[in-house]
Amino acid sequence: MMQTIQITKKENFGERQGANLRNQIKTLLDIETGRILHTKVFAINYSLDDVELEAFAKECLQDVITDEVFINRFDIKDQFLSYIAVAKLPGVTDDEGSSAQMALADFLNAEFDLNTQHIFSQDIYYFEKELTAVQLQNIAVKLLANPLINKITVFNQYQHKSAFKNLYVPIVNLVSDDRTEYIDLNISDEALLSLSQKMVLALNLEEMLTIKNYFNRDEIIKQREKQGLQSQPTDCELEILAQTWSEHCKHKEFNAIIDFKNLDTGKQKKINSLFKTYIQGATSVVQKSLEAKNNHWLIKVFSDNAGVVQATKDLLFVWKVETHNSPSALDPYGGAITGILGCNRDAIGTGIGGAKLFFNTNVLCFGPPNYSKPLLKGQLHPRQIMDGVIKGIEDGGNKSGVPTVNGAILFDDDFAGKPLVYCGTGALMPNQFDGKDAWEKPIDPNDFIVMAGGRVGKDGIHGATFSSVELDEHSPQSAVQIGSPITQKKLADFMAKAATQGLIKSSTDNGAGGLSSSVGELAEITNGAIMNLEKVPLKYSGLKPWEIFVSESQERMTLVVEPHKWAALLSLAKKMEVEVTHVGDFTDSGFLDVRMNGACIAYIDMEFLHDGVPQKKMIAEWKQPFVELFDANKYQDLDLEKVYRDLLADFNIRSRESVIRQYDHEVQGKSIVKPLMGNGRAPQDAAVLRFGFDSYEGIAVSNGISPRFGDLDPYEMSCGAFDEGIRQIISVGGELPNRKENDDIFWSVNDNFCVPDSEFHPENNVDGKEKLAKLVLMAEGLYDMATFFDIPLTSGKDSMKNDFKADGVKISIPPTILYSMTAKVKDVRKVVTSDFKQVGHLIYQLGETFDEMGRSSLFKKLEITAGTAPKVNKQAAKDLYLKVMDANRLGLIASSHDLSDGGLAITLAESAMDSGLGAVIDLDGLGDLPDAVKLFSESHSRFLVTVCENNQIEFEKIFGSRATKLGDVGGDEIKIKSKGKPIISESLGVLLDAWTTAF
Amino acid sequence: MKTKALVITGFGINCEEELAAAFRLAGATADIAHINEVLEGDYSIHNYDVLSFPGGFSFGDDLGSGKVMANKLKYKLLPNKNTLLQELRIFLEEGNFVLGICNGFQFLVRLGLVPNVGLKFEQEATLTQNDSGLFEDRWVYCKVNPDSSSPFLHGIDVLPLPVRHGEGKLIIKKELEEEVLNKNLHVLTYCNEDGKPTTKYPFNPNGSAHQIAGLTDPTGQVLGLMPHPEAFLSLFNHPNWPAMKSKNPDIDKKGLGLKLFENIINHISKKQLKKATTWVS
Repeated sequence: MMQTIQITKKENFGERQGANLRNQIKTLLDIETGRILHTKVFAINYSLDDVELEAFAKECLQDVITDEVFINRFDIKDQFLSYIAVAKLPGVTDDEGSSAQMALADFLNAEFDLNTQHIFSQDIYYFEKELTAVQLQNIAVKLLANPLINKITVFNQYQHKSAFKNLYVPIVNLVSDDRTEYIDLNISDEALLSLSQKMVLALNLEEMLTIKNYFNRDEIIKQREKQGLQSQPTDCELEILAQTWSEHCKHKEFNAIIDFKNLDTGKQKKINSLFKTYIQGATSVVQKSLEAKNNHWLIKVFSDNAGVVQATKDLLFVWKVETHNSPSALDPYGGAITGILGCNRDAIGTGIGGAKLFFNTNVLCFGPPNYSKPLLKGQLHPRQIMDGVIKGIEDGGNKSGVPTVNGAILFDDDFAGKPLVYCGTGALMPNQFDGKDAWEKPIDPNDFIVMAGGRVGKDGIHGATFSSVELDEHSPQSAVQIGSPITQKKLADFMAKAATQGLIKSSTDNGAGGLSSSVGELAEITNGAIMNLEKVPLKYSGLKPWEIFVSESQERMTLVVEPHKWAALLSLAKKMEVEVTHVGDFTDSGFLDVRMNGACIAYIDMEFLHDGVPQKKMIAEWKQPFVELFDANKYQDLDLEKVYRDLLADFNIRSRESVIRQYDHEVQGKSIVKPLMGNGRAPQDAAVLRFGFDSYEGIAVSNGISPRFGDLDPYEMSCGAFDEGIRQIISVGGELPNRKENDDIFWSVNDNFCVPDSEFHPENNVDGKEKLAKLVLMAEGLYDMATFFDIPLTSGKDSMKNDFKADGVKISIPPTILYSMTAKVKDVRKVVTSDFKQVGHLIYQLGETFDEMGRSSLFKKLEITAGTAPKVNKQAAKDLYLKVMDANRLGLIASSHDLSDGGLAITLAESAMDSGLGAVIDLDGLGDLPDAVKLFSESHSRFLVTVCENNQIEFEKIFGSRATKLGDVGGDEIKIKSKGKPIISESLGVLLDAWTTAF
Repeated sequence: MKTKALVITGFGINCEEELAAAFRLAGATADIAHINEVLEGDYSIHNYDVLSFPGGFSFGDDLGSGKVMANKLKYKLLPNKNTLLQELRIFLEEGNFVLGICNGFQFLVRLGLVPNVGLKFEQEATLTQNDSGLFEDRWVYCKVNPDSSSPFLHGIDVLPLPVRHGEGKLIIKKELEEEVLNKNLHVLTYCNEDGKPTTKYPFNPNGSAHQIAGLTDPTGQVLGLMPHPEAFLSLFNHPNWPAMKSKNPDIDKKGLGLKLFENIINHISKKQLKKATTWVS
């Protein structure tokens, strides 16, 4: 019998939390709820007697100081008139329920089945005021729950007795169904396409036909016959092919043959794979250049879950950045947390596996929080997406003990349909585990396939194929996954220990496509595998065999274990309470052989599985957009002081402190430059961490991204974002690589392309050719920058269908690229931060300002569409960066901040506000440009630095004309003069108030 | 002989590496053991001088921070049929030391090791959700109670440290509050940069009663605190180090947090020396 324990707060406790929620509801929904109580209910499906149940409630669930317990009854409070109960839907991760199970097992010193759910937690909220069911639903959906994963019940004071009595409990009631079905592909082309759609295979006609032909080949029919299979594919086989051939896994568009035509010049070219030509191509060129100078730190690129470089004599640095956009659009919290945890698993599953997570980063693009356009069907409000995603990033990092060291948040109406959620993870591995090179991934036939971590359920089925289609109001619910950071933390701790002891031979993560992808990919190394699906541990029964194989249930790794080490691995896993299961073996049969209770249900040629997908053909056409010129006379009408304050409060510029404080950015104790420095408010260009406690060698981490310029000039947008990433690292005191032989300065960059649907379609995507051309130009920018600076891309990802379609409307993101950069810092004690240090220091701008106001923060604010995008002058940039490196070697720079969003004026304020040290500057040295351009242009490759007077001569000797002296540090105002006249005079307090406006 | 520290980890604890580093940098040896390795007898706490519980999210803070872990120590039986709590009491009776930081403090409070005014090892206080309702990472100032006898805090006056928690608001049972204060068990309180007490947010980051950031037990052998001394082992961990160094190039490059670990190791060495001398004579 199901028993219940309710935990409520005693009088005078929990009031503050209730008041916080009440305020949130008032602000966001304009509903007055009166007092709110939050209570928790545990439904218990173990058989416990009354004494045990009561003791368990009081000892394990209740806090004696603050809580009251109600056993098999509920706290009835007549003064509360409305209620919301939020339970999990069947099969959704219930960590609290699981922890309660653990507590019960410890309490009774009894063996319980802890791997499946027997205690179910839920939240019940009490509201003082009488609210309508519609209001309650609204509160629930906007603030307390997500209908995709939660069961919401609302009721009032007249219904509450029966509501409590009939409380929903998410027991999974699925009828066991281990049938495998055959699917006839000998049907018409139209029928093939609709089959692909119906099964969410996301395969196009050519791909469907390729599969049809494969199964109709005589030798294949014969081979399958021997395994007892009919000639047509099983559902499992089709699903495996769909997962493996998904855009997510195979990057079909990045590997397509593209016909590129420049309509302005008439020039045409054929690009055989954007990835091979520009990304891998750039890294090959860089690698040759590095090797020529005897720099050998580039260890592993593009061939594993993450890039690997040599960080120190004894340590390897692993770097991976991913996106999790589609899941975050549907379930912001779940999408973000599984994004960050999934990225963590990529790092843990690189090489042998077992790397230690070192830090996380995140870059988030949302619609503005005050978005006021009507929402489309299925579209969540940007505010709700933002709050959920941030909470997901918070829990994903904090609960895993991984510091979130660096990030960015960008706002634009175009992100209101689909947000961009970039998650990055850096990790460290020793050079070797138990005498074996840690970055290698050796596998031999007869090695065990071992699944480790969480169990398999129906959650996350079709994630890989689903991310390859655009979102609409019918997007499948099963695609949502819920992360459990604690399950994964246990798994990560176990992997690190097992790898150190030499118990793991290789590993990879279970991400998109689940076991079908992880086993399928690893099996390429030995050329075959045999899987026994009945051995895979399940959360609950009732999954079809193909569902077991493709499910993307989280927190699982696939390990390769040598048979003679299995016993030791199993015993370590047991000690650390991580479930490991031997689910199959690697072979050299040439086939992926999947069995259920001995019967073969899939038998696919390895070569066809991995290389059978036909290369896509796409068309790109480019025409330079018309650039409107801006009439400089209009600058005279600007109230510069007002503009200054407004820009500081702009969503894209205002302080991120309220968000950053919720991320643990210093756990592990190695942070040297945190996201906020000085007195706790000064934003920084790059994060700096040291690798260990016994040396000062470390790493700088930056992000380059500027989607605003993408539509105007995608090539320069890409170059500019790359430059931003570099200059931020140079700003904190990093160094460019490959300047001398054996210089030991690694750089490791991940590129993440996010673009709208770029495949031309005469009705659904008329501007597809132009969108694809933008992607090509972005990739060309990447190539030119990487090869010019000798900075290698080591891993990355592309996300191709970032559109939201509903009610006949399509919201597409602007073409966006993120460069996530990391570089070695030889001595972290010598790094430079952005905040002013002392009164009297001299202020300089390094680099040159141009009239490049197109899509600048200022023009965006003023809704001006004219102007050109900023361009990168690579040679001038490099020359300047070398000078900055020279100056830093001599310790001449006291503070440095790169110029980006909002230009010089914003950078100046950001350097001043936290330190409380003002500035007096004169713009005349910056040449013959309008004041607004000098203040707000976003030209690249520039810095604002301060220098102690004693160092002035030496500093100016290094920089010559590249440094413009602007003024000095002092006072408590920003005072800006031009042509002898004061043009801005604002107190730091006023600026700080504007800048620290909460979101 | 070097002081020996045991650092407990597992199930979501995540500050074990830097806590072990703190002990090592201060001159001790430190082993990191999974809690199950202790419960199954692979490690005995009695082989150590200091037992420490690091920060993190044991069991994800489910059922209340530190609660499930405390439950394990109270009820789970060791191979010798004692609970680990019973072993811990013996460990303390023998004059050894226990340190709990953040999640470790939450756990010590739930286990009844601090403030333990009744000396009954019963829960007398709780650490509950911050007034802000949010997890927050920020640096705060902590004033050391000059009348406290905690050997961990000897010679420290104001200690800047980061807090990183969502449940750090201390509430002491009403009837015991006065005793805790009278006995000076509130060894660390949040203060402003000048060391002056203040109830203001964010100086008091969580709304803790009497601004309490850390508690000891009446013997002084147990210390629990919300802020993270192991996150301030080097000057370069401080958010304002560049300005501090710019103004004073000769500033001490050691972090003030390290002092707490040096203190306890000195204290134990002196005690051992005394013991050894007594024994020889």
